[in-house]
Amino acid sequence: MTRLFAFIPLAFFAAMAVYFAMGLQEDPGEIPSQLIDQPLPDFELAPIQGTEFGFTDDDLQGEVILLNYFGSWCPPCLQEHPMLMQIARSGVVPIYGVDWKDEPGAGAAWLQRYGNPYVRVGDDASGRLAIDFGLTGAPETFLIDREGRVRYRHVGIITEDVWNETLRPMVEALQRS
Amino acid sequence: MDDPALEARAMRLYGQLRCVVCQSQSIGESNAPLAEDMRAVVRERLLLGESDAEVIGFMRERYGEYVLMMPPLQANTLLLWGLPLALLVFGGVGAIVYVRKQAGAESLALSAEEDAQLEALRREEGQE
Repeated sequence: MTRLFAFIPLAFFAAMAVYFAMGLQEDPGEIPSQLIDQPLPDFELAPIQGTEFGFTDDDLQGEVILLNYFGSWCPPCLQEHPMLMQIARSGVVPIYGVDWKDEPGAGAAWLQRYGNPYVRVGDDASGRLAIDFGLTGAPETFLIDREGRVRYRHVGIITEDVWNETLRPMVEALQRS
Repeated sequence: MDDPALEARAMRLYGQLRCVVCQSQSIGESNAPLAEDMRAVVRERLLLGESDAEVIGFMRERYGEYVLMMPPLQANTLLLWGLPLALLVFGGVGAIVYVRKQAGAESLALSAEEDAQLEALRREEGQE
């Protein structure tokens, strides 16, 4: 019997090792969004230079939309950009853009150069709204339902797979409901 | 900030909030632009007259428990906080039991033979 007790530390170590190995599979960069199923924060974003309209949280009511945080300084955003253009062309869901912590005019020039997939673009030069959104980086995309509630957040680039397998099905389900 | 007391509180809060892009640094230690913005928000809220707990709560509402450098003691962190203490008690009791058992097995008292030897040595010493 006492022989068996000698194996307790080993069993304990094994249990911990399995638990930690499981932990290693997780991406520590993915912080769960606190906004899921919550209403959008109140905001009013000014237009970026060279455009006429910004938008407010009220503008996002009544329709399923994607809200995409980007910046002209952000290489992954450029990588994501063709996919956003493709989504915009498909007409499946309107995309609203927030230009995050950009120099005045830089976001507008970037959109001029690469194309503008957004129905409207708001300017979050100070990055204050980003903190209300619990943003951890760019690009980051929020799926918002007709009632103006955040239903899903995607951290990082929207790849073709993310769009086809995750976002598009969710968008279409929300549009049907 | 001009007020040194507020400045000190801001510094302390910087150390308690995690930079959400750098993970193992506080917003006070990080140079990331987002950490800079978070520091600015902390200063703004302090200037509005908010308490330390309110400022922490503001960040926690937006970024969740993850933003706290020190995990709070609650149901899902009980294991985290309790395990080291449990291990210390468990190990400590184990160590005491082990040492006691060793001592019991091999008596420290001298045998009759050893007593006689010792007595002989003492006598020798006394004579000189």
